[in-house]
Amino acid sequence: MKKYNNLTATLALAKASFRSIMRSPSAVVFTLAFPLIFILVFGFLGGGGTHIDVGVTPGSDVNNPVMGMLEKTGMIRLIKDKSKAEFDKLLEKGNVDAMIDVHRKVNSAAYSVNVVYTSASRDKGGILKSVLNNIFYDKTLKPTVAEIKESTITGREYKTIDFILPGQLGFSLLSTGVFGTAFVFLSLRQTLVIKRFFATPVKRSSIVIGEGIARIGFALIGALFIILIGHFFFGFTLVNGALTVVNMLILATLGVIVFMGFGFIISGIAKSESMVPPISNIITLPQFLLSGTFFSIEAFPSWLQPISRALPLTYLNDAMRKVAFEGLGLWDVKFQIMILLIWGIGIYAVAVKVFKWE
Amino acid sequence: METKKAIISVKDLVKKYDDFVAVQGLSFEVYEHEIFGLLGPNGAGKTTTLEIIETLRAKTSGEIIVDGFSVDKQPQDIKQIIGVQLQAAGYYPNLNLIELIELFAGLYGANIKPMEMLEKVNLQDKAKAKYKALSGGQKQRFSIATTLINQPKIIFLDEPTTGLDPQARRNLWDLITEIRDAGTTVVITTHYMDEAEQLCDRVAFVERGQIIALDTPDNLIDKLVNSGFERKKEVKKANLEDVFINLTGQEWRE
Ligand SMILES: Nc1ncnc2c1ncn2[C@@H]1O[C@H](COP(=O)(O)OP(=O)(O)OP(=O)(O)O)[C@@H](O)[C@H]1O
Ligand SMILES: [Mg+2]
Repeated sequence: MKKYNNLTATLALAKASFRSIMRSPSAVVFTLAFPLIFILVFGFLGGGGTHIDVGVTPGSDVNNPVMGMLEKTGMIRLIKDKSKAEFDKLLEKGNVDAMIDVHRKVNSAAYSVNVVYTSASRDKGGILKSVLNNIFYDKTLKPTVAEIKESTITGREYKTIDFILPGQLGFSLLSTGVFGTAFVFLSLRQTLVIKRFFATPVKRSSIVIGEGIARIGFALIGALFIILIGHFFFGFTLVNGALTVVNMLILATLGVIVFMGFGFIISGIAKSESMVPPISNIITLPQFLLSGTFFSIEAFPSWLQPISRALPLTYLNDAMRKVAFEGLGLWDVKFQIMILLIWGIGIYAVAVKVFKWE
Repeated sequence: METKKAIISVKDLVKKYDDFVAVQGLSFEVYEHEIFGLLGPNGAGKTTTLEIIETLRAKTSGEIIVDGFSVDKQPQDIKQIIGVQLQAAGYYPNLNLIELIELFAGLYGANIKPMEMLEKVNLQDKAKAKYKALSGGQKQRFSIATTLINQPKIIFLDEPTTGLDPQARRNLWDLITEIRDAGTTVVITTHYMDEAEQLCDRVAFVERGQIIALDTPDNLIDKLVNSGFERKKEVKKANLEDVFINLTGQEWRE
């Protein structure tokens, strides 16, 4: 008898599954259309003029009319209590739009204002500049402010797309992994496709791995598509070019494998297809909202932040942004990768328990 | 039957679903190259018995050998030499028939031309159709095509002709007979006695999980006639099915 080849069976399944996914409208919509729509919307909105983060240089005077005026504009957020080194980093990345340092001039009642802008955030720097100019010529302030010294450091320009795209990519991977896997295994089980498979010599592991290969392949094609559209049409920053893309795809693979674990669990506990979306939403929605998909989690109230920091998507998003924008290597995001792996181990431990074949 | 070598032997098979005993000590043998029929009312335990032999369900007790392999110890070996049509089964969604056959070829590790498999069951015109878009009879035929992919020694057909029109049924009998003549053993269940009479070399009647008769259709009929049985009414020279066939022709319907 010819020796049975598990690899042939696994690849045949991967091929079948991949074809099936490509023809399933919901998979394509979730993986590609949704993220692209968000990217489009945010790409054109360009951040929506929210507010300007201005770091207060350690040692600066804080009880002066200049800062009071700045805060009163409602547009400017003064950030205190961070070290000089931290501020330098933030400024370079454009996470802080400018630094301000106010001192009383020697032998004078007037203040000297020292502002440092960053090329990483020219737009907001520009707004700050005009605000400061207004203040300088403000009659009530005029006598107390002697001078404004300005300078600009060079940083990398951090665009909205650089924040939005990795978040959308992460969420796309989450939904493909969770919804796709849950639906497929539940429906294969319920429509007795798996039963028919079991009448062939195929191993269970081949079925899982074959499905996995197809899903990962599909997710990576989607990811590549999103990255390339983002890069060429919206100026998404890829610091090290192709290498950055490869690193992002490696992270994407890890992410989708972890998220597929959720899908396996859901396919095991859902009694019918109509139960898949609600259960999946319980898993994906909080991550969609809390994992820094749209806003930096630093913008959340402090009581919410620990929750954000417990979610796996947070770490995938974080790692993606670091790799894409800061040009870090995978080793530099080992902490994020480790957290994802820990999640993965936990999820699959549960999946093995609740997954059902028939 | 020239040489009667058993290719399947079932001994004292028992299957319990919780407290309910669906199969109560079945024993029978299927000979090589025959068409063996399992007959019996709904819920008699036919599907259960088949699926246990096919290694798809666990048995409660008993012993089953398929072509020298034990269902307990060598299920993988058994799966490689059998072809299975399930009473209820589905196929991978969104794929057309050719792609489904390719998938099964991969699962069996068989090297076949998908189109040839479809030709065997006269579905070549539906090669690009999805399984869902087939009629009931076409679905049955497709299922039978999937049982032949690994050139099995034995195929199991669970009610393959249920829901088919008279022509399709007859054509399927021809197909099944061809398969048998090509050297494959066939185990089949059916609720149509004319079918069993025409098609099967031997039949077993199963009721409430027990075999109540097992012989060739001829012998069983003779036995009944010899016991003094007579049909209540003289039969006409033809029946309504003959009328149907006569009116509508012999070919497959699409
Ligand atoms: N998974 C199951 N759990 C519990 N009982 C079952 C299960 N499968 C079958 N049974 C019961 O076992 C008995 C035999 O079922 P089986 O499907 O083998 O009958 P069958 O002879 O194939 O009937 P049919 O002609 O209607 O196909 C039935 O009473 C059925 O209700
Ligand atoms: Mg049955």
